[in-house]
Amino acid sequence: MSKDSYKAIMDQKADIMRSSVGIDYEKYTTGPLSFDYEAMLNDTGYDLDTIRDIQGRTAVGDTPLVELRNLTELVRAVSEPGKGARLLVKDEAANPSGSFKDRRASLSAFEAKKNGYAGIAAATSGNYGAAVASQAAKAGLGCIIVQEAFDSKGIAQPEIAEKTRACEAYGAEVVRLSVGPELFYYFLIVLKETGYFNASLYTPYSILGIETLGYELAVQVKAREGRFPDVVVATHAGGGNVTGTARGLIKAGATDTLMVAASVDLSGLHMASDRDFNRKSFTTGHTGFSVPFSTWPDRADVPRNAARSLRYMDRFVTVTQGEVFYMTEALAAIEGMERGPAGNTSLAAAFAIAREMDREHIIVVQETEYTGAGKHPLGQLNLAKQMGIDVRRGDPRENQPGKAIVIPEHPSQIKPVEMDLDRIRRSYLRNALNSLAEGEKITETDMAYLVAETKSDETYVREAIESHERKKR
Amino acid sequence: MTERALKNTWVEIGGVVLQKDQRAPNLPDDTKQVALEMRVKGFLVHDAEKGGEADIITLSGRTVRGTLTEINPAYTHMFGRPIPELSPIAGEIRAILRERRNAS
Repeated sequence: MSKDSYKAIMDQKADIMRSSVGIDYEKYTTGPLSFDYEAMLNDTGYDLDTIRDIQGRTAVGDTPLVELRNLTELVRAVSEPGKGARLLVKDEAANPSGSFKDRRASLSAFEAKKNGYAGIAAATSGNYGAAVASQAAKAGLGCIIVQEAFDSKGIAQPEIAEKTRACEAYGAEVVRLSVGPELFYYFLIVLKETGYFNASLYTPYSILGIETLGYELAVQVKAREGRFPDVVVATHAGGGNVTGTARGLIKAGATDTLMVAASVDLSGLHMASDRDFNRKSFTTGHTGFSVPFSTWPDRADVPRNAARSLRYMDRFVTVTQGEVFYMTEALAAIEGMERGPAGNTSLAAAFAIAREMDREHIIVVQETEYTGAGKHPLGQLNLAKQMGIDVRRGDPRENQPGKAIVIPEHPSQIKPVEMDLDRIRRSYLRNALNSLAEGEKITETDMAYLVAETKSDETYVREAIESHERKKR
Repeated sequence: MTERALKNTWVEIGGVVLQKDQRAPNLPDDTKQVALEMRVKGFLVHDAEKGGEADIITLSGRTVRGTLTEINPAYTHMFGRPIPELSPIAGEIRAILRERRNAS
């Protein structure tokens, strides 16, 4: 084990990142705050057709779009007359490693291979690890996955334990760590030691890889229905899923489709807490990632995050753990599709949103994920009970992350909670202004950038900045 | 009696990556109280005893040294018992659909 001190390694972060990602982020800077986002993505040289071709070579993508007829009927059973949109799901579990994350990993593996790296590494405890491992296996690359996997008592999160097994099945080395943000420190040591390519979730490759999902979905709905979907719901964590899907929809011409981000509510649980670690029944798609990453995407492991969800979301909702487990049961029981709970976060949100929409409207859930031991409501709820969490039937409003998981008694009780996008945007702008160096002023280029970053307009940004300045004084 | 594993056996080793006082600043209080630990699997380079020092070659080909924690470690995650709070849901939902279909 390396004896390099925490600080010594963290001080080398910029150098290690540059050689492991191969992108000179500096050159995209256009102002004190702004950078040229589109140029950063374009300079990779991968357009949509090329990406579809690369993904097709490893059987990634082109997943089935499934109409959920029975669930739609269930929606209508609990909707006002004339309401209840048609629910469709993109069955991303059909990808080689069982989730849409194969799309994200595919370009990184291709890029690593092309540039002669001996292997690829990723710091991830979720499906992305299995995707990177699967892609590495196909490309004949070495692979190391660094996970946050167990608490100080040695208790492993069941979903992460399943990911450990899957990654090892694909021939990857899995380094399992106890709870803490220093996972990133260990990851830097691994990159430095091996010279592997950093398959970060937040590079342009990772985001461009997801554009095909939004694109396919739009084309599939159009071919079947003669029009684009009215609403697409994406599970939201670090922002890549929302960003890539929305960009793909736009590239297909589905510019009027509303993009809804959905996260599991884990408010009150600390992401770096050893105690809270096994009191979460979801390891991703939750507010512990989606709120901080929406309000400041550049907290990622790369200098400029290519996942910038606030640019693309039209609505942001949260659902409870109990609601997602309920929908996971429903999907299996009446659609005959047993899929993993994390991927069903957007399904729980879409079920409730469909109730507000007209019958002739179409709402698409853009992913499913595979399921199995550990990655399953049974594994999660058995652990939750062992940790002293109160699991009961009732009104999901009584759900308390880390204390109570309330499973709805009736589908009409599933109701997502709106996240106030105005607050999220203001929080983003506050973080942006706070990142300015002392005495630095924002330029006209910055202004245009902030408008794009918050999907708002200049009046909104100016007002928010003034209000922030007033409060500071 | 100590368990002994022969060279080339698939094992897990572990160790402390950062002691409590070496950890990152700004950790929550509970996390500050414990060391950052690591576990990794691979094939033993030499015969070794459980609880003793061991070198392994990992699946990526790295040589890593640590304390031998498990010999041929098990995957222990599972489904477990059915959850009584989930078991009735399938029947309830099917009943809602049945009623709706009978009504129309």
